[in-house]
Amino acid sequence: MQVIINITLKAGVLDPQGRAVENALAGLGFTDAVDVRIGKQITLDIDSEDAARAEQRAARMCESLLANTVIEDYTIEVVAPS
Amino acid sequence: MRAAVIIFPGSNCDRDMMVAVQTITGRRPALVWHKDSQLDPVDIVIIPGGFSFGDYLRCGALAARAPAMHSVLDHASRGGAVLGVCNGFQILLESGLLPGTLVRNSGLKFVCRETRLAVQKTIDTPLMAGLPQGSELIIPVAHNEGNYFADDDQLDALELGGQIALRYTDNHDSRPANPNGAARDIAGILSANGRVMGMMPHPERAMGAGHKSADGCRFLRSVLEGVS
Repeated sequence: MQVIINITLKAGVLDPQGRAVENALAGLGFTDAVDVRIGKQITLDIDSEDAARAEQRAARMCESLLANTVIEDYTIEVVAPS
Repeated sequence: MRAAVIIFPGSNCDRDMMVAVQTITGRRPALVWHKDSQLDPVDIVIIPGGFSFGDYLRCGALAARAPAMHSVLDHASRGGAVLGVCNGFQILLESGLLPGTLVRNSGLKFVCRETRLAVQKTIDTPLMAGLPQGSELIIPVAHNEGNYFADDDQLDALELGGQIALRYTDNHDSRPANPNGAARDIAGILSANGRVMGMMPHPERAMGAGHKSADGCRFLRSVLEGVS
């Protein structure tokens, strides 16, 4: 099972990088882009045919290493092989 | 006085810290490689600055899960003293030994300069025993992620618990006192039991001769004498 993990900064956590990108977008005329936030995506394969189990394993990985839950939220998407 | 300095791939202040400790105590600290899960009994574990594991994922995230850190957690759980400097502070936060986290500097730039630090009134701690409350130290910082962050409840708890050890204070020049946007000007904090300390400034880079300040030496002497 392929797992896609999206890690984003929690609401309320300042994202200076996002703000700098927002300013640069505004400089290019994209003044309609607001609240720019930068996160990261981690993809991995879990050797399991069981989507629920894969999601559970990925959640444990997020809690123990992949996300810093002081400042980050995560979402997990399990992609069934086509 | 027995000290150990933990070294990760990418640590780069380990030698400076070793020399600083040896200069003060006359005894060379044990150097412990991150893969060593064995830690001989010591009075203090020091986690030095640098870029452990290339700052991959998050600063300190991978180092905090290295085998040597399991021993450091055991040492701390027995009341052992731990000092983390810069990347070492990031590692202590990632390991859960200290609360909160360090995020990117608010100015988005790597900051490398002297900072003036005010010694705070803290809980009883051996690490700060030799430093009078209200005294000031000039010690340099060098980091990209030194912006201390925690939610307001956590920050209030740190204040009430006397766990804020060092704050950035007025340099008496045109530069802002706070170099990185850290919440409540926090430069260093203590654990609830006063035995674990993390700080962004580099005391091993303010050792006197050849350096701009000898206050790092004063600071480390307080730490090392406090735990021996």
